[in-house]
Parts: sequence; C-alpha cells; structure tokens
Amino acid sequence: MEILGMALTIFGVIFLCLGGLGILRLPDVYNRLQAGTKCTTLGAFCTIIGVGIMEPQWFWKTLLIVSFIFLTNPISNHVIGRASKNSGVPLCDKTVIDKTKDFEK
Amino acid sequence: MFEIICFSLIGLGIVFSVLRLIRGSTTPDRVVALDTLSTITTSLLVFLGFIFKRYVYLDVALVYALLTFIGAIVVARFLEKGLK
Repeated sequence: MEILGMALTIFGVIFLCLGGLGILRLPDVYNRLQAGTKCTTLGAFCTIIGVGIMEPQWFWKTLLIVSFIFLTNPISNHVIGRASKNSGVPLCDKTVIDKTKDFEK
Repeated sequence: MFEIICFSLIGLGIVFSVLRLIRGSTTPDRVVALDTLSTITTSLLVFLGFIFKRYVYLDVALVYALLTFIGAIVVARFLEKGLK
C-alpha cells in the first residue's frame, strides 16, 4: 500500500512539473490554458490521492479536496478562456482553424 | 529520497509558473499562470501535511482551493465586462 501511494504521488508530481513547463513553453493563451488545466488537474488528483493512500485515516478528506478540484478547475479555466476570447486576445500565428469566426456577425 | 524528488519537481513547476507570471505578455497569460500556481500550491499543501504529519493542512488546502476558484472567476468577469 505504501509503495502504491509513493508511485502515485511521484506520477502526479511529474505531471505538475510538466504543467508548469507547458505554461512556460507554449506559444498562446489558449494552448497555455490547455496545459494548465489538464496537466495540473491530473497531477493534483494523483498527488492528493497518493497522500490519502499513504495515510489511510486521511483518505475521505483527500477525496473531498480532489472532488472539489475536479469540479472547479475546468470551470474556472473555461471562464478565463472565454473572457480572453471576448476581450480580444489574438490567436497564435500557427493556428489552423478558428471556428468562433462563424458565430461573429 | 522520495521527499527530495517530490519537492524538487513541485519547486520546478512553481518556478516555471512564476517565470510565466513575470514575463507574460498579456493579462490572461498572467491569470492562467496564477491559476496553475494555485493548483500546484494546493497539492503542495497536502504533501507538506503528509511530511509534517499535521491534519490541519488538509483544511488549509480545501479553503485555499475554494478561495482561488472564486478569485479566478472574479478576475475573468473583470476581464470580460469591466467594472460593472
């Protein structure tokens, strides 16, 4: 059980580091949103559940924190992406398709 | 060994996010970096609670996640509509 918790925590921590790297390296606000949402949600899930497995008395509280992060992190990032699109942040030069142009009058 | 690996990787993620927070060319870049930083900090708080064997850190992490969610929503609303 200890080994499983340690492996899960290290996996999650690697994903947190990769999320930070994506925030630094990607070219655009929207690409950075993708890195900042997906990587850190999976990383926080694995890290916190790994801690809950290593300390079995804490498991339900860690499950509560993880479910809260799972509910709120995509919502807040979606709201930030929508706000940056509406406030006119330009897309990257390499962008191939922009479907929001169909809805603008 | 385990603690050293975890702390160095989390610290690396925090350093990358803070660099983007300093350099970011537009305001939504900085907001995205701050949101990522808050999620990393939440998991860092839980991990610190595991290292120090303190149960209180889980409460702190829960309240911190809630407050940063509200902060991100408020900043996004300000970006979209201004002070109305």
